[in-house]
Amino acid sequence: MAVLNLVPHNTNFDFIGKRKITFSIVIVSTLIFMFSLLTKGLNYGIDFKGGVVMEVRMPSAPNIHQLRQQLEPLKLGEVAIQEFGSPQDLMIKFENAEGNTNIPETAVSSIKAILGDGVEYRKIETVGPKVGDEMVHNGLMAVLYALLGIMIYVAFRFEWRFGLCAIIALGHDCFLILGMYSLFPLEFNETAITAILITAGYSINDTIVVLDRIRENIKRCRKITLVEILNKSINETLSRTILTVVTTFLSVLALFLFGGKVIAVFVLPILISLIIGALSSIFVASPLLLYFNVKHGKALDEEEERIAKSLETEGRYEASVPKQFADDGIIED
Amino acid sequence: MLFGFSQARKITTIIICLAGILLCLPNMVNEETAEKLPSWLQNKVSLGLDLRGGSHIQLEVDLKAVNAEFLNNLLADVRSSLRKENIGYLNLRVERQESSPTLLFSLRDPTHQNKINNIIKKIDSSLLTSISPDGQVTITVDPIVAKNRSKQIIEQSIEVIRRRIDETGTKEPTIIRQGADRIIVQLPGVDDPQEVKKILGQTAKMAFHMVDSGAQNTGHAGPDSTMLEYVRNAEEGGHKIAVRNQISVSGEHLVDAQATTDAQTGQIGVALRFNNIGARKFAEISANNIGRQFAVVLDGKVLTAPVFRSAIPNGNAEISGGFRSIKEANELALLLRAGSLPAPLKIVEERTVGPSLGADSIHDGRNATVIAFLLVSVFMFLGYSTFGFFANIALIFNMVLLFAGLSLLQATLTLPGIAGIAMTIGMAVDANVLIYERIKEEIRAGTSALAAIEAGFERAMTTIIDSNLTTLIAAAVLYEFGSGPIRGFAVTTAIGISVSMFTALSVTKLITAWWFKNKQIQTLPI
Repeated sequence: MAVLNLVPHNTNFDFIGKRKITFSIVIVSTLIFMFSLLTKGLNYGIDFKGGVVMEVRMPSAPNIHQLRQQLEPLKLGEVAIQEFGSPQDLMIKFENAEGNTNIPETAVSSIKAILGDGVEYRKIETVGPKVGDEMVHNGLMAVLYALLGIMIYVAFRFEWRFGLCAIIALGHDCFLILGMYSLFPLEFNETAITAILITAGYSINDTIVVLDRIRENIKRCRKITLVEILNKSINETLSRTILTVVTTFLSVLALFLFGGKVIAVFVLPILISLIIGALSSIFVASPLLLYFNVKHGKALDEEEERIAKSLETEGRYEASVPKQFADDGIIED
Repeated sequence: MLFGFSQARKITTIIICLAGILLCLPNMVNEETAEKLPSWLQNKVSLGLDLRGGSHIQLEVDLKAVNAEFLNNLLADVRSSLRKENIGYLNLRVERQESSPTLLFSLRDPTHQNKINNIIKKIDSSLLTSISPDGQVTITVDPIVAKNRSKQIIEQSIEVIRRRIDETGTKEPTIIRQGADRIIVQLPGVDDPQEVKKILGQTAKMAFHMVDSGAQNTGHAGPDSTMLEYVRNAEEGGHKIAVRNQISVSGEHLVDAQATTDAQTGQIGVALRFNNIGARKFAEISANNIGRQFAVVLDGKVLTAPVFRSAIPNGNAEISGGFRSIKEANELALLLRAGSLPAPLKIVEERTVGPSLGADSIHDGRNATVIAFLLVSVFMFLGYSTFGFFANIALIFNMVLLFAGLSLLQATLTLPGIAGIAMTIGMAVDANVLIYERIKEEIRAGTSALAAIEAGFERAMTTIIDSNLTTLIAAAVLYEFGSGPIRGFAVTTAIGISVSMFTALSVTKLITAWWFKNKQIQTLPI
């Protein structure tokens, strides 16, 4: 036996029956994020807006207030100076002035002159606004193409209804993580787009496992309702869902805690979205199937008979039904 | 044959695992030992700029400027052709508009318009002419020709950039084209790119022009000359010089340029040597213009404007004066040797990572990956005991094969790439979890141990393939659209996921089969 029985099995939770409540929660949370996106918008980083980020290690802990005053005459607009990791490390950040299409080349050297000698420049990034525009465009296209590609694949492997439900759940997750960037103003930069795509990758992975079980149970269990099939499938895959969320969460947590500051900022939204990704498979993708008239039970029997009849004449029926599903009409309780 | 595991598949699985270990080796040993390895084992993972430190510079090639210059050079031809045909014109000019530069003029007599097309085509067949009824002529460059020319210009620019950077002694630079009008330059180990930027920022187009002495006296540009800034020094009044638009000898004909210091006066200069064509032209011009002033023009500014004292027959010339230091002369000599850029470059993005940050990132990333591995291993063992242990062995092979794949592809490992590896650890065991949960279900349904294992692997397979292929689609899109570091993430995730399918479905299965054969137990420790 396993050392610990980490996750429950043989659960029998009614996930789908309470769909009115769960849908309400999904809708309300989506509305909150949407409201935040519409009112606050996104906190675009210099990747998208264009500007300068410098990460410097000072010879001794500097007086940030004084430094800010020293940088004032450079007229760089709003310059953010903050401690980064240790009192000696600073992050200096400012955006390109509106309408200024040139990289503030002289700005970097002026700042270097003010900071003086003995400073270690750990990172200097200058991005022109045009490049930023392209990144926004490419980033959005990437998310859209990923969604489209996944939908086509699922529609091809399952059927279009499953594909649609999967993609709605996936879109919901992507939107939620985008809203997270807005609500807890995290800097939205190129790595944020990556974080969204990672969420998409994980979330769809999880959704497919649940949908796959639903597909299988629809074929096997002809005598129960679709709601029962959905509940049964979610419960059967629940232990796997929990285990995989935990292992992935643990490895991302390791990144968050020990991977350094840059990585920590990158993976924080991913940590949260792992859980959202798993929840959306259960509470968004699965119950949505109820509304798409998925063929099951008697309707499926009839359809299969119809197909069988048309195939019988060609003598191909045996091959069309997988052996493992051919018997089994009863649920084991 | 257990679990439908044929002898052939068993051997293939073992061979792949051993090959994986072998391909990882070059990454583990130090450089000296690595050099002794056979050439087919030399491939290793290279580190991205964010990990090893260095500069990433994105340049935009100003293609519009090139087209405008091309039209500008045609102005004189257009003027003389129109005069020859006795066609009156007004307001002949080149305008740099947003879309593309155009050459414009209006006809004094609109009835001349049917002749215009032929005249222009004779000057350059790639020109497109459109004439409005009131006699306004608009000439543009054929977009297809312009596109081909642009492509050529970018290729040429990359060549020149490479030569210039090689001259500076930077090791292993990467110079690649990006999109329609961009070039990316990556310089590993360069943590202060000022020098390089200065070198890349100059077009270094040099040419010898005659000075338009008539215009020079009036102080206003003549019809075929331009007032150019004289860089020599401000003390001399910083006055401008009227330089003829026509190029007498172009810098293209240069074969060598070296900084020199006059032994007696200490004056700094650059010695030039022309090829045969250049030398002949130079001899001709100098012989015909003795006593006249000419100008050495670099990037639209007059470097020096001496007088031809005698004919210069051998193609050796020297520019002197105008240099403040030997370093400046050296830099010009470098630029002239490397050739001029066909179009001006603008830096649109620059990312520099210092060596200490890169080292910290590697250190942190390695730690995080090891900890992720330990956490997941412990969890899997607690969850599935013996089977969890099998999954952990598969996970080790997953990492080995991931690095083997990265080495084989000579992929670049970036910081997000390390994050990808750590995440792969978490997601890779998913395949095992799917299999084991199936086995558990089968056991609970009363199936025998052997049948449960067989069914577990069998039934989990489609789920594993479907769920991983969809994730692979996301990774592929990420690769297609992402920039350098993010591509690194996509590559590690994609290889990690593909490998996890293999390790779960083959390696774990093989281990389980061996174990089961030797134990022959009835109750599974799962």
